[in-house]
Amino acid sequence: MCLAIPGKIIKKINPQEAEVLLGSIKKVVRIDLLPEVEVGDYVLIHAGYAISKINPSEAREISKAWEEIQS
Amino acid sequence: MKYYDEYYDKKLCQSIMKKIKGLTAEEMNIMEVCGTHTVSIFRAGIKNLLPKKIHLISGPGCPVCVTPISAIDHLIALARMEETIITTFGDMINVPGSSSSLKKEKARGADIRMIYSPYQALEVAQEFPQQKVILVGIGFETTIPLLANVVLEAEQKGLSNFYLLSLAKIMPPIIEELLQSQEVKIDGILGPGHVSAIIGSKPYQFIPEHYHIPCIIAGFEPVDILWAIYLLIQQKIKGIPLVENQYTRAVREEGNPVALALMNRVFIPVDSDWRGIGKVAASGLDLKPEFSQFNAHNFEVEVETTKEHTQCRCGEVLRGIITPLQCPLFQQVCTPENPIGACMVSSEGTCAAYYKYSNE
Ligand code: SF4
Repeated sequence: MCLAIPGKIIKKINPQEAEVLLGSIKKVVRIDLLPEVEVGDYVLIHAGYAISKINPSEAREISKAWEEIQS
Repeated sequence: MKYYDEYYDKKLCQSIMKKIKGLTAEEMNIMEVCGTHTVSIFRAGIKNLLPKKIHLISGPGCPVCVTPISAIDHLIALARMEETIITTFGDMINVPGSSSSLKKEKARGADIRMIYSPYQALEVAQEFPQQKVILVGIGFETTIPLLANVVLEAEQKGLSNFYLLSLAKIMPPIIEELLQSQEVKIDGILGPGHVSAIIGSKPYQFIPEHYHIPCIIAGFEPVDILWAIYLLIQQKIKGIPLVENQYTRAVREEGNPVALALMNRVFIPVDSDWRGIGKVAASGLDLKPEFSQFNAHNFEVEVETTKEHTQCRCGEVLRGIITPLQCPLFQQVCTPENPIGACMVSSEGTCAAYYKYSNE
């Protein structure tokens, strides 16, 4: 039940709601838990709410894994 | 999809698996405490690919599964009240209570509606002002801030027909309970990624400090899970257990402060009953007294005496003591079409996952 999927904010509708792109599907989600999100941000969406902003500078799991594998 | 597809990279998965095989010398029991991890692990076939010495054990991380029968019976009693609408996440309606289920009540005419977001309960309450609209509040920390948000919004909108039956549970106390009981030897914890997106990484410090076991907070795609397993084995070999965050793209040390503030504003910790485990101190959350007008626990209803199915071994499955294969009813009597226990109902239940993926 803790499923959350990544989506991209494409429009802020009001302080509580934003439009997100999930793959090729557009959806309105609540942003009450992430009031500071901006258009272009990627967020994790759980049960109709954005719960966490994906931090691009921290999204290095892949490159870190490759680095360590090759070391 | 960005932040998704790259975490399914086959070559990277194979390379990590090779690393894991190179490291594995001793037996190691790793518990994934989150039901969403259980499903991801089965879907990606990780269990079969790992070295035989690495055992993945599913824990009490499926909210539907850990909700005790007494709570199901309570919901059934609420559903039987006049002019009442129950709004709930899908799986709950199939969970057998002592003698009925929400599904059976629905067939008998109770108004029970499936929702995917707690917010929809408010919409129903606004649409039907003459009805009592009760939201079934199950979930862990990932979902609890959403419940808090909905309660505050009900207050703001002045809704007098909206109620929450909070059955919310939190993760750290139940992990501690399992480690303390020592019923199962656990050598590492795969930390729940989305619970951690809310609470951060600090609440798990007791795991290495008191129990000398590593805890890696992990994402949900195959690369995330494999890498977290690799880090757990590596820590075990080094002998210096720590809380480490593999899921850096989504989890910060401090969690989500807005969500945490909402939770603390609306809820207080209470002792909570877990299926098969019993009461665990301060492991649940209920509405604070100032929100009692929204608290569905205040309805006086007669709840039938709990009758457990004597042969269902859900409790031991949730504690990681047995796998569903050791339950005599598994697949023979208990199937997703005819579930005996909650662990077979929820798609995240360990019994349902074993059933689905061992039959594919
Ligand atoms: S297989 Fe069915 S009866 Fe057995 S433990 Fe799981 S839910 Fe209970």
